[in-house]
Amino acid sequence: MKSGSNLEKVLESGQFAVTAECGPPKGTSARVIQRKGELLKDYCDAMNVTDNQTAIVRMSSLSGCILLIQMGIDPVMQMVVRDRNRIAIQSDILGAVALGIRNVLCLSGDHQRFGNHPTAKGVYDIDSIQLIQTLKTMRDEKRFLCGENISGEVPLFIGAAANPFADPFEFRVIRLAKKVAAGADFIQTQCVFDIGKFGRYMSMVRDKGLHEKVHILAGVTPLKSVGMARYMRDNVSGISVPDEIVARMEDAKDAKEEGMNICLEIIDQIKEIEGVHGIHIMAVAWEDIVPTIVNKAGLLPRPIV
Amino acid sequence: MIVAERKPMEEILNMIAVFKKILILGCNTCVVVCSAGGPKEVEILASIIRMARKKKGEPIEIGEMTIERQCEPEFLESLEGIVDKYDAILSMACGVGVNFLADIFSSTIALPALNTSFMGVTEKQGVWSERCAGCGNCVLDKTGGLCPIARCSKSLFNGPCGGSVNGRCEVSPDIDCVWQLIYDRLRKLNQLDKLEEILPIKDWSTAGHGGPRKMVREDLIT
Repeated sequence: MKSGSNLEKVLESGQFAVTAECGPPKGTSARVIQRKGELLKDYCDAMNVTDNQTAIVRMSSLSGCILLIQMGIDPVMQMVVRDRNRIAIQSDILGAVALGIRNVLCLSGDHQRFGNHPTAKGVYDIDSIQLIQTLKTMRDEKRFLCGENISGEVPLFIGAAANPFADPFEFRVIRLAKKVAAGADFIQTQCVFDIGKFGRYMSMVRDKGLHEKVHILAGVTPLKSVGMARYMRDNVSGISVPDEIVARMEDAKDAKEEGMNICLEIIDQIKEIEGVHGIHIMAVAWEDIVPTIVNKAGLLPRPIV
Repeated sequence: MIVAERKPMEEILNMIAVFKKILILGCNTCVVVCSAGGPKEVEILASIIRMARKKKGEPIEIGEMTIERQCEPEFLESLEGIVDKYDAILSMACGVGVNFLADIFSSTIALPALNTSFMGVTEKQGVWSERCAGCGNCVLDKTGGLCPIARCSKSLFNGPCGGSVNGRCEVSPDIDCVWQLIYDRLRKLNQLDKLEEILPIKDWSTAGHGGPRKMVREDLIT
């Protein structure tokens, strides 16, 4: 075991993992995190806490993770390189490990231009692949990037993101291979709507044997409304929502139910793809639906490892 | 070249509001090419300021002059005895020129008429874009001659982020994803294997994060 986290244990035991996502509040209320924790606790193996997603200032991922740990939940601390240089990154990792965080997801981060402080200076001292390398160096060599020793263990389960739907498509698997070579233990993908494209991607992943070196969790997002489906299709870079899915949402009597059904169908198809070891549910502003989805997908009870 | 553009007139007029006699000083190198600070722009700016001040009932006396380069001492020294006759110099050079004026003429007020934008190229008439960030440690041999530091919105070293779609950057459809360009070019050159290498963490100390930069060439010092 590299970290002993619940997520690592579930994946290493060969079971199909479920992770969910918790967006922290634009405020100081611990209750927001605690409510999402209570809601999702029994329906996932670990919960991601986002790091100022879409560059909007929110409660820090590290603090959100601590609130989850206090509830007995295994958190995945998301960390973007947009806002921290190598000094802050390594410092935050030391603190996170000291407080019991074991899973860290390494990300570039949405550009600050999208957020509520679009005139901020982006840091980007290192990139997301170099962040993976940094955490691996800290864990395996117990050294900082400068070469100095770290006192104490750094047990981490290192995660990275992959987007099979961004361009250039042929490069996406090479990029995944780089993340694996850098030291990624698990991958959470961008949300899958285009199952055909995801299947082609996974076939290229298997050709390179990457599915045997890293645990891949496919991202899924239940669509809550027709507007959301259209918005994600037309306005979110790097997400591919096929027209037939948007059409199904448009034709549905009950859009929410249809969104959930589409999500369940995608999960069913994902489960059949060789090399996918779990799902990551990103129910943006619709966390309440997650228990139903996990239940209907036949993924309960969650394993005790 | 260094690409610059004139500041908004309101900002310039506020900057010189208290002065009665200024010298507008053009620069005849980079900023001529990007039509921001050569003799023609000096003339135009001078007449706009004169009109604005006249309208306000606060006329101003303006000297107009352009020197070859405001970044070299031999050209700035030709201003000796001239600058003292003015309340301030409004430089139409890049920020380098304004700084050097301030360095050399310690008792003269030096003001910027331009915003210095970037180091870049003329794409076509009226369109300029950035190509180099001057980071002091070039990696272009690894990236097909296209710079991920200057041209990727996140200065990523190891390929495009998840926001690259149809060759465009997530930040704006007006921005090319340089990693798409790098990928296409290396594929054409049969060098895609270069993209499999993980580029190491960069030493930014040469990029201005090690303090202001200076270069000394002993062999050239006389």
